[in-house]
Amino acid sequence: MQKMMATRDAFGDVIVELARGNDKIFVIDCDISKSTKTTNFAKTFPERHVNVGIAEQNAATFAAGLSTMGKIPFVSTYAVFGSMRMCEQVRTSICYPNLNVKIACSHGGLTPGNDGVTHQAIEDMGIYRTIPGMTVIMPADYNATKKLVACAAEYYGPVYLRFTRDPVPVFYNEKENFEIGKGKLIKEGRDISIIAIGDLLHEALSATEKLEKRGVSVELIDMHTLKPLDVELVEKTLHKTGRIITVEDHNIFNGLGSAVADVVATQGKGIMRIVGLKDTYAESGDYHQLLEKYEMDSSYILKMAEELLSKKEVLRKKDSA
Amino acid sequence: MKNAEKIKFLKEKARELRTNIITMIFEAQSGHPGGSLSAADIVTVLYFNELKVRPSEPKWKDRDRVILSKGHACPVIYAALAMKGFYPMDVIYTLRKMGSILQGHPCMKKTPGIDITTGSLGHGLSVGAGMAFGAKFDNLDSRVFVILGDGEIQEGMVWEAAMLASKYKLDNLIAIIDNNNLQIDGTCSEVMPIEPLDQKWEAFGWEVFTIDGHCIEEILNVFEKIKKVQEKPICIIAKTVKGKGVSYMEDECNWHGMCPNQEQYETAERELGGEV
Repeated sequence: MQKMMATRDAFGDVIVELARGNDKIFVIDCDISKSTKTTNFAKTFPERHVNVGIAEQNAATFAAGLSTMGKIPFVSTYAVFGSMRMCEQVRTSICYPNLNVKIACSHGGLTPGNDGVTHQAIEDMGIYRTIPGMTVIMPADYNATKKLVACAAEYYGPVYLRFTRDPVPVFYNEKENFEIGKGKLIKEGRDISIIAIGDLLHEALSATEKLEKRGVSVELIDMHTLKPLDVELVEKTLHKTGRIITVEDHNIFNGLGSAVADVVATQGKGIMRIVGLKDTYAESGDYHQLLEKYEMDSSYILKMAEELLSKKEVLRKKDSA
Repeated sequence: MKNAEKIKFLKEKARELRTNIITMIFEAQSGHPGGSLSAADIVTVLYFNELKVRPSEPKWKDRDRVILSKGHACPVIYAALAMKGFYPMDVIYTLRKMGSILQGHPCMKKTPGIDITTGSLGHGLSVGAGMAFGAKFDNLDSRVFVILGDGEIQEGMVWEAAMLASKYKLDNLIAIIDNNNLQIDGTCSEVMPIEPLDQKWEAFGWEVFTIDGHCIEEILNVFEKIKKVQEKPICIIAKTVKGKGVSYMEDECNWHGMCPNQEQYETAERELGGEV
């Protein structure tokens, strides 16, 4: 059986490791350090840990000030609050002056399943994708998270990081390397491309396995960085397969699907389907059951793949040449 | 400098600052004169007597920081920075124009001497707390002065920052409230009462001083007194008059964001004793 781990745990582990080697790293908490997994940081580096209480706007803006003193603050909260409660503070006091603040959030997408809608972040990546200067990342698993948090600490500028509350399968080897803005081509294929972000990479993987068994050649991409999008990789796979399915634990508007569609539209060819939450609120429930009910799981990806494969028109650039 | 000479010098600087404020807003045909004029005496004493800054080295690590949390009053800071030598004096006439280093609201990326981008009310004290915390962490003796509007403290985040500064004993953080009692829609007491100001800040754990924000002597005195405060953030409530120095602008909330016409401009300059 595959090992399951929440990516918020990876953040909690790696931030301590990073802070050992980098005395500029601070964590700003909003009373939920037990849940965002920063208690170990607080214990290990109490002088670099600030708990602002239940005051997310203040956390972000305090971090802005601290960053002007040469520090690298990681603001730690839930994705709903990290994107919406502090949105204007992040836009005007962090992104506009391009300050080195990281907004590191647990409870991305439907992963806080049973907490219900108030704690499920389905708009966050879209909101931050709209703000100039912001980088938006959702790693797919524990090992990817450790590497991408390290990349964010190395990189100068605002970064929004999104983690899972619930455990997701560990897919990557711990030695795997990541780069901000460079999607990972997990598997090459000819017939259809599946581009996934974050926790739903595992649903995309299982759909890929099923399709391959049926003789469909699938190209699978982990697009861990929503912004800046790896446009080159999207163009390349589009011209190869002509058919793209995007998969995200997020509203279908303004997330990965929209970002990929922006690229597809410039190419004058290709057809796509967007798998995500269909502009609705979900509800309390088990994370996996929610994915099934709201048509974000592997069987729905499969259905979308069949639909695209049934389209007669072949849209490949190289094949038609 | 002897005290009497110092006061005379600062009064002249304040007068000069006010004429520059009016001229730059008139040149731009847009901007916020009321709140710029009410903060003019405080800003004068800060820049010409109190602050540890280097105009030739705006990013000097050990400098004192200034945050104009009421960012719309930026003409007062822009003029002070020019008079101090952070950039040539004629730059002030480019205010709010395309390509200018002087944006409609302060931008740290464009203007030397601006320590943080502001303009969205309610942010400055939180930013200041972050800077003050960082300065203490690095054992710098830098202080952080945050100039807030009185209407601005209706923003809830101000009080989140007030709690935080008190928790972390940020005695290098000084909030100066430009208490002119006017905001866009009327007096503070009509729009959303903020009194009792001193008791509010005291209750949040701050050391509070109330002064006449137009009396150079009182401003000088309070900046001496606050040096003795330890382990508590400092709040200076400066009682001021919006539009101070220009008769028809004084205590008129319409002059919050209005620009004088030619005749009004000439009257203002005459009253301030500048050249027209």
